[in-house]
Amino acid sequence: MSILQTTINPRSAEFGLNRDAMLKQVEALHTLLAQVQQGGGVKAQERHTSRGKLLPRERIDRLLDSGSPFLELSQLAAYNVYGEDVPAAGIIAGIGRIEGVECMIVANDATVKGGSYYPLTVKKHLRAQTIAEQNRLPCIYLVDSGGANLPRQDEVFPDREHFGRIFFNQANMSAAGIPQIAVVMGSCTAGGAYVPAMADEAIMVRQQATIFLAGPPLVKAATGEVVSAEDLGGADVHCKISGVADHYAESDEHALALARRSVANLNWRKLGQLQQRTPLAPLYDTDELYGIVPADAKQPFDVREVIARLVDGSVFDEFKALFGTTLVCGFAHLHGYPVAILANNGILFAEAAQKGAHFIELACQRGIPLVFLQNITGFMVGQKYEAGGIAKHGAKLVTAVACAKVPKFTVIIGGSFGAGNYGMCGRAYDPRFLWMWPNARIGVMGAEQAAGVLVQVKREQAERNGLGFTAREESEIKQPILDQYEHQGHPYYSSARLWDDGVIDPAQTRDVLALGLSAALNAPVEATRFGVFRM
Amino acid sequence: MSAPLLTSVLVANRGEIACRVMRTARALGLTTVAVHSATDRDARHCREADICVDLGGSKAADSYLKIDKIIAAAKASGAQAIHPGYGFLSENAGFARAIEAAGLIFLGPPASAVDAMGSKSAAKALMEVAGVPLVPGYHGEDQDLETFRLAAERIGYPVLLKATAGGGGKGMKVVEDVAQLAEALASAQREALSSFGDARMLVEKYLLKPRHVEIQIFADQQGNCLYLNERDCSIQRRHQKVVEEAPAPGLSVEQRQAMGESAVRAALAIGYVGAGTVEFLLDARGEFFFMEMNTRLQVEHPVTEAITGLDLVAWQIRVARGEALPISQAQVPLNGHAIEVRLYAEDPSHDFLPQTGRLEVYRESAAGPGRRVDSGVSEGDEVSPFYDPMLGKLIAWGEDREQARLRLLAMLDEFAIGGLKTNLGFLRRIIGHPAFAAAELDTGFIPRFEEQLLPASEPLPAAFWSAGAQAFNLSEQPRVRADDPAAPWSAHNGFRSGLPAQTLLALTCNGEQQVIHLSANTATLRDEQLVIEQDGVRRQHLAIRRADALYLRWNNELHCVRLHDPISAVDASHTAQGGLTAPMNGSIVRVLVEVGQTVEAGAQLVVMEAMKMEHSLRAPHAGVIKALFFQEGEMVSEGSALVELE
Repeated sequence: MSILQTTINPRSAEFGLNRDAMLKQVEALHTLLAQVQQGGGVKAQERHTSRGKLLPRERIDRLLDSGSPFLELSQLAAYNVYGEDVPAAGIIAGIGRIEGVECMIVANDATVKGGSYYPLTVKKHLRAQTIAEQNRLPCIYLVDSGGANLPRQDEVFPDREHFGRIFFNQANMSAAGIPQIAVVMGSCTAGGAYVPAMADEAIMVRQQATIFLAGPPLVKAATGEVVSAEDLGGADVHCKISGVADHYAESDEHALALARRSVANLNWRKLGQLQQRTPLAPLYDTDELYGIVPADAKQPFDVREVIARLVDGSVFDEFKALFGTTLVCGFAHLHGYPVAILANNGILFAEAAQKGAHFIELACQRGIPLVFLQNITGFMVGQKYEAGGIAKHGAKLVTAVACAKVPKFTVIIGGSFGAGNYGMCGRAYDPRFLWMWPNARIGVMGAEQAAGVLVQVKREQAERNGLGFTAREESEIKQPILDQYEHQGHPYYSSARLWDDGVIDPAQTRDVLALGLSAALNAPVEATRFGVFRM
Repeated sequence: MSAPLLTSVLVANRGEIACRVMRTARALGLTTVAVHSATDRDARHCREADICVDLGGSKAADSYLKIDKIIAAAKASGAQAIHPGYGFLSENAGFARAIEAAGLIFLGPPASAVDAMGSKSAAKALMEVAGVPLVPGYHGEDQDLETFRLAAERIGYPVLLKATAGGGGKGMKVVEDVAQLAEALASAQREALSSFGDARMLVEKYLLKPRHVEIQIFADQQGNCLYLNERDCSIQRRHQKVVEEAPAPGLSVEQRQAMGESAVRAALAIGYVGAGTVEFLLDARGEFFFMEMNTRLQVEHPVTEAITGLDLVAWQIRVARGEALPISQAQVPLNGHAIEVRLYAEDPSHDFLPQTGRLEVYRESAAGPGRRVDSGVSEGDEVSPFYDPMLGKLIAWGEDREQARLRLLAMLDEFAIGGLKTNLGFLRRIIGHPAFAAAELDTGFIPRFEEQLLPASEPLPAAFWSAGAQAFNLSEQPRVRADDPAAPWSAHNGFRSGLPAQTLLALTCNGEQQVIHLSANTATLRDEQLVIEQDGVRRQHLAIRRADALYLRWNNELHCVRLHDPISAVDASHTAQGGLTAPMNGSIVRVLVEVGQTVEAGAQLVVMEAMKMEHSLRAPHAGVIKALFFQEGEMVSEGSALVELE
């Protein structure tokens, strides 16, 4: 057992500076999340509640076991994307405990554009379903939506990862024994009607919920038939006559209680088994994470200081501590769960990549979940390294990451650039969850490097054409690239587009990881079969 | 005369009095024998006895009133003596005789004395001869309505109807004018018949603003009789004593002596032996009238014990052994002041309806100098519908009345009962009332201050809900899954990513509902005390968790806080339509309507009896009787539909 020793002095000026810089970003995040939490704003909320409907977040709070954590996902979805405010993309998704069962909850927010589906609403809904499917989480859909956003139908309707995929996922999850429960608490029209219709169990709220393939205006236009929404597809119709829904609720709170009852009757067993220990807090205060990452992103820091503030008892049993030292690998427990941690401590060299691949093999052999702490500018470049086969060594790490079937969790705590993103289990490598710290940056390469490359290309072009290349021209090319990379590399930009599952407060990293680990244990830990490692 | 062998005593009773008698018996080195009905098999009086004998049955008539079974129990257990307690067979001369005939000792007066006082009419005639002052009334054998009508007219309204064989307020009705007489007489007769097996009634002048002052007497077999001072039992509700104290405030030494000597005369006139009580009405001018004599140990005897330092049960046993009273009248102590309250499982906000159910929480006040609790239950016990719902008595002694009163208030504040409703709050409001503090006592006290003593229930304040929610949340047990025991999901911390923690609790308490959003806890729960700090002042509130219920003490009342269950609420609202249901467990005494009959709103439909009291079910609205689900004499359980009214 090795206890990590800290060399951080929380009273030093440097720590104070780092801390202030991080706290500023964390506070900005808190402010933004609190704003997003307000949904469509006071007026829309008043209109919503005046109909006797509960607000979506209150619905979720009532659905959950009282005091249950709620691990909300993609809170910043659609932030600054559409030129209009679509807080949380009009849909709230997250994991919470219901009757002792961790469930994926997907709730339309009718106060945001009537709960209609923007492209990112669809993406967020599908991401929630993917998480549910990978982690085998029962799904509860709190339906209150006008359906697809009609002006953007080309971006929400036809493609593989569009609206239709929601029902595809429902059917296939149901087939895989992952319960699908729909609570219809508002309108649920056209394609949306398939959410309850495809569910294993559906609950409807009287005088609030409607389910129909075509609403009264369309019916009138199509056939001339004049019918009220309630008579066309209200709870009375569907619970008493059509059988489209199974449970008749008097109110939102009744409906949510009925949904809880359905979950209570799932006979739910978690299939992932890990040798758990009694959870232990880290020896060091998690709040000290604020002062560890340097305010200047170019300054290095020892990632073990981060690990020491995440794992139980700050105990970290390092693997190959003396080899490939820019990638720190080791076993630890996090909230009692065994984890295998890979964390960057500098650029990836061939040795580090080989060590990482070896370590991932160990974790998969033993069925231990992987945690990646990303702070990576990339693999080492240059003639020496290419000649040394950095590409094939890097490929070993990428192969290992790609094929590993144990639950993988990624937290981007600094940079996430280039192939480093791949080797450290970026989005494309299917980590069960991927979170970013507010100071993190993501991109194909760093802004400076990208600008430098482009300037180099332009200069060569100019020189080929026998033209000069002034400092002013260089700056004119460079600055927009720098601005663009800074803008697009920001975690809010990433989170708004669902490249991650959320931007988190560093001090909550341990909690978030622990909740994710436990949620992942709903699915069995599968055996891994690796691809060919190029030797 | 050689003293009879008395080493084992059977207590033919239950509840607090059985426990109390056995306490002294045990202290004197006697073996204690409890008898019990089938229902009471595990009751506290059985748990505390050396030997228990099952009498079978549930109703008193099938168990505690079965003379032959009790005598057989004494024989089987080897008890030489039987203590009757109060109520049940305590004033049944036949019981006393049967005991004597079986060669056992009755720890009570001779059967002849019980007989003499058993019929109130005969007792009054006797007292008249003995020179004891009487209230004008009719105590004759003729029981027809006309006789009572004429008698009431002669005495002058208002009059009081009483069961000749009765006591304890059963079969007792005040009649304000002739129009009420017939119904009142019939109802009182029914109650009397079911309680005492004897429907005979008497009628008396109903005195205005009288005080109920009674004298405790004690006589030995040698013909000595002492009065052990008086008790004031003026605080009554429908002739049921609620508060008793000794000595009677404001009673002069001369009055005490006059009443005491009168009482002793009454006792001697009937050859009394043992503990007895002579009840008087004391009017505003200081005149007193004989009411009745109770030939038994009274419920309220502890206040006399508190001011005299005597153990009346010990004296009963010694006198039964043939010992002479150890002190003379001049040596009877009168030290300080004592007040007793009777704790009942009843709902003061619903006409004191008796409550049945489990005592989920039952915490008595702490022991201490001048404090005494006589009780017959413990936490987890069931209060059944078959017997009197008295749980126990709280007795406080002080050097003066105010000290006793404050001590009693403190005891009431410490007492905590959850799971069923009690009169604790009502008792507290009486003892805390300025008029009670000023000793302004008469039998009209409770009706006069009814508004203050039984305040309309107000919605629970926000501070209560906040405290209740925090206590509920803090006392939640982690919901541990066997397949993921250390799961962080089990924490009740309301974790939210990047946002303040949030816990929503939809709670219900006293029929009210409230949704509480807890963000950060401002309170802490230490053992069973919720500590709330506000403006630098920390206060503690008792908070006891029992499974899905949290019991929180707030303003001296223990409230039960649960999570609101919308499903059962909706189900209940569906079943509640149409049916009239039994408010408690009990038996149907009378069905006053027939199927098809049209009734007005407020019409009596069914009369139930539970815990020896009658309760009427009335039509909530005008309508037609669609169905009747029970017949007279049948037992019903709480919530059973009795009548369908359309």
